[in-house]
Amino acid sequence: MNTQRQTRVIQAVATTSKRHKPTMKIYPYWFFIPAAVIFTVFFLVPTLFAFYFSLTRWTLFDSEFIGFDNYSQFLSDPQLTSGLIHTIIYAVMTSGLKVVISLPLAYLLTSALHLKTLVRSIIFFPVLVSTVAVGITFSILMQPSTGLINSVIKIFGVSGPNWLGSPDLALYSVALVDVWKGLGFATVLCIAGILSIPQDYFEAARLEGGAWVKFRHIIIPLSRNAIFTVILLSFIGGLRSFDLIWTMTHGGPGFASDVLTSVIYKEYQAGFYGLSTAGNVVLFVLVTVVVYPLQRFFNSREIEL
Amino acid sequence: MSLRKFFKNIWLDVITLIVVGILFIVPFIFIILMASKTSQEASLFEFSWPSQFQLFDNIITVLQFGDNRMILALWNSTLLTVGSVTLIVLLSALAAYIMQRRSGKVISIANSVMLAGLIIPPAVVPTIFLLQQLNLYKTLIGLIFIEVAYGLPFAVLVFRAFIGSIPRELDEAAVIDGASALRVFFQVILPLLRSAMMTIIVVQSVAVYNDFTGPLYFLPGNQNVTVQLTLFSFISQFTSSYNLLFANAVVITLPALVMFLFFQRQIVAGVTSGAVKG
Repeated sequence: MNTQRQTRVIQAVATTSKRHKPTMKIYPYWFFIPAAVIFTVFFLVPTLFAFYFSLTRWTLFDSEFIGFDNYSQFLSDPQLTSGLIHTIIYAVMTSGLKVVISLPLAYLLTSALHLKTLVRSIIFFPVLVSTVAVGITFSILMQPSTGLINSVIKIFGVSGPNWLGSPDLALYSVALVDVWKGLGFATVLCIAGILSIPQDYFEAARLEGGAWVKFRHIIIPLSRNAIFTVILLSFIGGLRSFDLIWTMTHGGPGFASDVLTSVIYKEYQAGFYGLSTAGNVVLFVLVTVVVYPLQRFFNSREIEL
Repeated sequence: MSLRKFFKNIWLDVITLIVVGILFIVPFIFIILMASKTSQEASLFEFSWPSQFQLFDNIITVLQFGDNRMILALWNSTLLTVGSVTLIVLLSALAAYIMQRRSGKVISIANSVMLAGLIIPPAVVPTIFLLQQLNLYKTLIGLIFIEVAYGLPFAVLVFRAFIGSIPRELDEAAVIDGASALRVFFQVILPLLRSAMMTIIVVQSVAVYNDFTGPLYFLPGNQNVTVQLTLFSFISQFTSSYNLLFANAVVITLPALVMFLFFQRQIVAGVTSGAVKG
């Protein structure tokens, strides 16, 4: 059988006149072209356009080159710079909380819990629900006087805060809802990380100590890859987040919860297309500057199990 | 297991279930309760049983609201989701096959560009400009192309990892037996990708169906309304009838619930495989 196949391969090689490996013929480049064209036209080209149009005053019909005016306006207007700062706060807070909550939770859900499948499903469900629906529901639940959350707090004799109406709190309240919605995803990744740790490590730990030792000295160091993934993905998600903030606060009260994406949308609505696009470029740069070094750092510290 | 240990574990179960129930189930019960009330009752925002249970009446009101706008939206969202996901699956499988099997400069550029596509947020206004130039702005086809472009990197990533586990000898053997490149792909490779395909179909359907930003920017207008926008625009229209607002939320969440009940395993496998490889 094997020799028969080999002779057929040799024949096939002999019949192709090119020195080219005969197998490459069965992987024609045109298979790849439809995807490449759509991706290039609808993603890459607009991205490249953005760099030029961010330097213009732009009405979509014609554009006037104005150099770095949009950027200097972006970086001097306090409303716009605060959007930049809020974006970073939001991304750091959501990714931090997600990792701090999801890892112990994943540990619990890989332990002796009888209902772990059920609990995992319940936590995961919000991941699939429309962000707009979640945003609307929580903006009602977070109503200061009649909302369910503050009604529960009132039972303990304390009056709850104005979650979305107070400028000091609005951004953090939205971030908490973001954590609520994304926790299932982070937990599932952590569970996968914990399950990939070879059983021998746990056997060794059983001799040495209890649950905390196991968590601190095995789970944390050895599910490092999953932890990095959770941080990276929720950080990227946090920097790009728009839907939840827009449905819950519209960036308000005032500009208290404006992030880059909501600023981009507001400038777009107001017809400042050049400025909006400059905001978009600032967002690219922010994502790239933060994510690539982070990814490189994480890759260098990844472990093989 | 000793009896004492069993009870200790039961306690852990009970506590976990209570905490998770309060945090993760109560909000959904709240949605259903609100959607079942009369508008006066709903405006109190109370977590209470409705005096008249009228969930179905409310849903019917929402469906018929404004010339059956919701039904149009469901139809548009279905077209958008089916069209985008079909193209994503087909095009990304073809591309991933070539990207996994070949090597060289073109492929390595394609790989890094695609990874960038996973990370970099899209440029919105330039995309609108481009769609206008192509006469695709405010068209469903235009938005389908956009969703395909945004969904491709993830799908290629998942498919490429899967194709990596299919031995090359299989394609070569098929070619030697006289199959054309297209036949090798459709009759040898694609059937083996069934589980990856399932994953991508489910994950991308949820993503496209739930997409809010895409329709908001690229498909404005009442004719083209999609379900996520109905809910968003009803916030202002229904300020006095929260029961209808929440009935709307129930309607648009139902497809997600169905997906969840039937395909939870694929979804979890999908998000994990995509993320871990990335």
